[in-house]
Amino acid sequence: MDAVFDFLRTYSTTIAVIGVSALLALSVWLTLYAGQLTLGNAAFMGVGAYVSALLGRHLDTPFPLALFIGAVSAAVLALPLGAIVFRLRGVYLAIATLAFGEIVRVILLATPITGKGQGLNGIPPKTELWHIYLSLAIVAYVLWRVQGSTLGRAWAAIREDEIASASQGIAVGRHKLAAFVIGALIAGWAGGLSAHVTFSIDPSDFGFTKAVQVLVFAVVGGIPNVLGPILGAGLFTALPELLRPLKDYRDIFQGAILLLVIIYLPRGLVTFVEVRRTRRLSRIGAADVA
Amino acid sequence: MLLETFGVTKRFGGVTAVDRVDLRIAEGQALGLIGPNGAGKTTLINLISGVVRADGGTIRLAGSDITRLPAHRLAALGIARTFQGVRVFKGLTVQENVLVGRHTRMRTDVLARMVPRPQALSDPHRARALALIDRVGLGRRRADTLAGELPYGDQRRLEIARALAAEPRLLILDEPAAGMNPTESAGLRELIGGLLVEGLTILLIEHDVRLVMDTCQRVAVLNFGRKIADGAPAEIQRDPAVREAYLGTEAVA
Repeated sequence: MDAVFDFLRTYSTTIAVIGVSALLALSVWLTLYAGQLTLGNAAFMGVGAYVSALLGRHLDTPFPLALFIGAVSAAVLALPLGAIVFRLRGVYLAIATLAFGEIVRVILLATPITGKGQGLNGIPPKTELWHIYLSLAIVAYVLWRVQGSTLGRAWAAIREDEIASASQGIAVGRHKLAAFVIGALIAGWAGGLSAHVTFSIDPSDFGFTKAVQVLVFAVVGGIPNVLGPILGAGLFTALPELLRPLKDYRDIFQGAILLLVIIYLPRGLVTFVEVRRTRRLSRIGAADVA
Repeated sequence: MLLETFGVTKRFGGVTAVDRVDLRIAEGQALGLIGPNGAGKTTLINLISGVVRADGGTIRLAGSDITRLPAHRLAALGIARTFQGVRVFKGLTVQENVLVGRHTRMRTDVLARMVPRPQALSDPHRARALALIDRVGLGRRRADTLAGELPYGDQRRLEIARALAAEPRLLILDEPAAGMNPTESAGLRELIGGLLVEGLTILLIEHDVRLVMDTCQRVAVLNFGRKIADGAPAEIQRDPAVREAYLGTEAVA
């Protein structure tokens, strides 16, 4: 009986983590869809996590409000940052946003109120599974609908050709910034949710590794539509659990699977399902971003 | 005058690509801009369309100063253009390309789209896009083809449809006939003629001299960034300075 209970509990945490990862992957998908490679979303997640946890701890802020303020804080931070870093493109943009992530991590490490290196412990587990999956459903739906709107088309046009987009009347800078800020909002929300799942957070949860992981979810899942990042997050979060029986060889197999996907489905996992239905989906992917 | 430039100058490092150029285009007129390679034609229209910013001089659209405005603002004011080295959105369909062209004419529909409903076939923007695709000779059958899959000549036509979708006051065409076969280029001439009949103002850069002479009421000639001649096509053909620019001086040993 205990074994079953243990299993269920492990299982539910994994499901929760998959949902949070999917939200994060969608947050970075937004900027990727607009052709911009940014790596700041792990830090925005951290901001959302710390702000919501601290609000709950010190001010007894109701959970939904704390989540909301956490997400908005991340977005507010993204606004001036985006205004500066979007002077850059490609890898330079990626490096600049990564640097921002490191700054956030170091600040979290050095500040007494965030618990320095120990982080925050004893965060009440207020997040229910349905909170995560309702958020995911809403975000995925909204982004899916936005894709076919004037805004989504403008993002796609910017990804394809910035100069031509500007000449067709698209305010390129503002559109990039919008993608970045909305992405930060989603990442901040996901961070708040995840902090209240895991009981404790510390700065290393939101560092370089996380940033790259989130990017891998989105790129390996596929950029053509919102299903890609969700699929990528699902597979690569579940994989370590599924491969557990392999013990020490687990990382090797995981790496091999990642390699295979990138070699044989360079436009992402979603293209596996949809590549036959429309050639178009296979055309938009990681290669267009960097 | 719909468009006027006064002493417009652009330098790249030590090179003066465009040197104090004055240009005037009256409403409804077609101005041909010709000159040898590297004469500064493309730089000049990059200045007019806001792709690059002038180092000196003034550009006016219908009397108001637009010299410092960014490209997207100029598009909203009615300047549309095509590019010499075709810049269609290759990963988008033909129809989506043209719809992007309508960006300045469309109200944002993000909120409206949150309520799912079948895509209205009567959507005026889509209808308009399809009509334009037909008009430039692509045919609406290909509305859902990826722009990147079109042959080069068709990509040029798509670019014109995209530019027209913005319902511009001034259409700038940068070597639209490049890479077109004689049939396609005849179709292009017909298209430009039709647009002029409708009263559109056109600035045309083109190496196909026949196309320029046939379609433009006036022709301006650039050489080494300077305007060396400006007048009716027949005058330009006789102009000694123009002949020298294209053929070289007789005195050269």
